[in-house]
Amino acid sequence: MQTLKQYADGCLTVRLRGELDHSAAAEAMRAIEEAAEEYLPRQCVLDLSGLSFMDSSGIAVILKADRLLRQSGASLSLSQPPEQVRRVLEIAGLSQMVPIQARKEKECEPI
Amino acid sequence: MNAQNYIKLEFPARSVNEGFARAAVAAFASQLDPTLGELGDIKTAVSEAVTNAVVHAYPDKIGTVQLRLRILPDAVLEIVVKDHGVGIADVTQARAPLYTTGGEERSGMGFTIMESFMDKLRVKSVPGRGTTVTMSRRIRRRG
Repeated sequence: MQTLKQYADGCLTVRLRGELDHSAAAEAMRAIEEAAEEYLPRQCVLDLSGLSFMDSSGIAVILKADRLLRQSGASLSLSQPPEQVRRVLEIAGLSQMVPIQARKEKECEPI
Repeated sequence: MNAQNYIKLEFPARSVNEGFARAAVAAFASQLDPTLGELGDIKTAVSEAVTNAVVHAYPDKIGTVQLRLRILPDAVLEIVVKDHGVGIADVTQARAPLYTTGGEERSGMGFTIMESFMDKLRVKSVPGRGTTVTMSRRIRRRG
């Protein structure tokens, strides 16, 4: 699991690369927490386009990140999930809790 | 039911082996020529079952996880994930969406995903003796 972060104008983008399963979840969460603490963003985008696999461990990471960001008044959105990841998000009902952008947005553009 | 092919694997209940289990199942399933979507569903279901064993079965030691795969008639892939750990006291409760004993590191969606992504799911568990998850998925023939 690799994480890349980019910050501009109040918007933090964290790009996750590789397989997000139980063995990688703690590392992914730590990267998100550290970036949120460092930049104190108003908005955070998790760019999922680089994920080759995600299971329910990723759902737990997203829900925890959402709670963390809400506590500091920020919002979370998800960007460009691949098909397998989108299926898992859908079954977990996450699209009703966190906005999901199918494509790259102009504002807060993922890396 | 007669298996047309099978493999049996055993590995320590370590998190690093979750990816290995997914890769092994994907390699075995490939002889049925699944679509990428079918393969994604199967890998996800296996990951959930193996992760449950890694996280919940052995609180005080590193036990073993057995993975048995069979190809049954009519292109049905059967997957069995078995541990000899602490077991589940109430399987019905454990299978309910969002139920977890794993704290905020777990989402409680594992069994829901297995049920949704596979055709059949059976969970047998005896407290103190372990848990066996059996699931199957028919791979559609592509014309």
